[in-house]
Amino acid sequence: MSGYTSNPRIRWQESLPWILALGAFFLMPEYLSLGARILTYILWALSLDLILGYAGIITLGHSAFFGLGAYTAGILSARYGVTDPFLQLLAAAAAAALLGISTGAVILRTKALTLLMLTLAITSIVLEIANKASWLTGGADGLSGVTVAPILGLFKFDLFGRTAFLYCLVALFLGWLIVRRLIYSPFGAMLTGIRENTTRMHAVGAPVYWRLVLVYTISATMAGIAGALLTQVNQFVGLNVLGLEPSGDLLVMLILGGVGRLYGAFVGPVVYLIAQDYLAKQYPEYWYFGIGLLLIVVVLFARGGILGLIDKVRDKWLQALSRHRSSAKASAR
Amino acid sequence: MAASALETQKLCKSFGALSVAEDIDFRLAPGARHALIGPNGAGKTTFVNMLTGRIAPSSGRILLEGHDITKANQAARVRRGLGRTFQITTLFRSLPVLDNVALGIAERDGVARRMWKPASRHTEITDEALQLLATLGLKDDARTPVQDLPYGRQRLVEIAIALGLKPKVLLLDEPAAGVPSQDSGRILEILGALPSDIAILIIEHDMDLVFRFASRITVLVAGEILVEGTPEEIASDSRVRAVYLGEAHG
Repeated sequence: MSGYTSNPRIRWQESLPWILALGAFFLMPEYLSLGARILTYILWALSLDLILGYAGIITLGHSAFFGLGAYTAGILSARYGVTDPFLQLLAAAAAAALLGISTGAVILRTKALTLLMLTLAITSIVLEIANKASWLTGGADGLSGVTVAPILGLFKFDLFGRTAFLYCLVALFLGWLIVRRLIYSPFGAMLTGIRENTTRMHAVGAPVYWRLVLVYTISATMAGIAGALLTQVNQFVGLNVLGLEPSGDLLVMLILGGVGRLYGAFVGPVVYLIAQDYLAKQYPEYWYFGIGLLLIVVVLFARGGILGLIDKVRDKWLQALSRHRSSAKASAR
Repeated sequence: MAASALETQKLCKSFGALSVAEDIDFRLAPGARHALIGPNGAGKTTFVNMLTGRIAPSSGRILLEGHDITKANQAARVRRGLGRTFQITTLFRSLPVLDNVALGIAERDGVARRMWKPASRHTEITDEALQLLATLGLKDDARTPVQDLPYGRQRLVEIAIALGLKPKVLLLDEPAAGVPSQDSGRILEILGALPSDIAILIIEHDMDLVFRFASRITVLVAGEILVEGTPEEIASDSRVRAVYLGEAHG
């Protein structure tokens, strides 16, 4: 859906996530904290879709940026008394961008399994640093005492998560706007080209490596912001934002929703995190079983994720409809 | 001396003890229609890969319009004006034909880095791509994914992408490979109509196509240039007949 032949106009379906989010805000006040968490995960998944779905960069290390952003915001607040939410976001973005460009410059010369292992190594290293530097990060106990000043000095983070939800929603909206612009732009088309055929991209004179480093850094920055948002919402950071597990969870969410479709990043985290929340309450010991089952079903029967499945069903339905119409016409004659 | 469009000086490549290119001194004149032929394993592909920068020569130099490009990477050579097509179609298979061509044009124009305005509103790119497709008779396929085209048309897209880069030198690596004979005429027609200021080196097995298209032919055998001349000279050369034509027609 990117490229030189695509229509960049916003379709009515694209307003659905925002309508649903606002609907949830008014109708489900008791779930706003979970909602805010889901919104930060969507922003994070969106950043992953940009590199995985569009540029074809395969990674198990996207938690390095998310976690670094989360810890940057947390440490600034808990250790240095910087409580302004925007300053925290800015610092988290800068830190994640720096890590993105420096590690990207090294690892993006490789691909496939080598790349996968290197991304995994990087987030494992960051995890170990966060674990060992407990004077700064709180180590395995996590970092508590994170406080966030009212947004713009006006809106306090309340107990019910109303402010947090709207704050994350605005952040996600801006992130979505930027990613959507990016993928419809010539830059986005070029990324699709790299994913589709790197050899051909070299042969039309594209500096593929530098372009990958650039998009990787953009994605890392977004992931860092998403991580900082999570810290601000939870007012706590733990080691569970780093390492293989959160990266894997994110990947599962995106695959569940649909890779390279922009809105797969919306559907995946919603389904995954709600299922997790529900199943973890009902079957605290077996909830991963449900998630696993869901993933198997999606991978076996809906390769394009939930959105891909919806597309397929709609196409079948439209086909049946047009067949029905043409046969009705034939019998009328 | 007028600078050659493309020139190699004492170009060598060996893999261990195996030498696949030995002291190749090759010159492609500006606006040339030049063919490179040779039996299987003669080192044609290695030679082309060295020209395009996919593999590095062991020694020797490569000059593009007088500039030494021996150390330049593939993309830098393309930006300097060295275009190529691939023997095995190397396309963006799931993307529409228009995008296949537009991606190259956008790189040439420096538009590919732009991140804000939608690609389809960069009409300077899409218009040029459509015009190019029209000259190749592909305009009706502009919105068709490449993978849905018949093979002969895919070969034309391969050529269209290369032309979109406005190359000064164009390497055609078996442009008619795998194309049914009724379609190869169309390819020859298009090759014949290419702008005369592009210097073209064609690597081809189809002798019919070579002799109709090229005004000079270089014969490569076992990594060395055996002989170079006009089609008539090549056709009557007894050594060529012995090692190549005789074998091919025998």
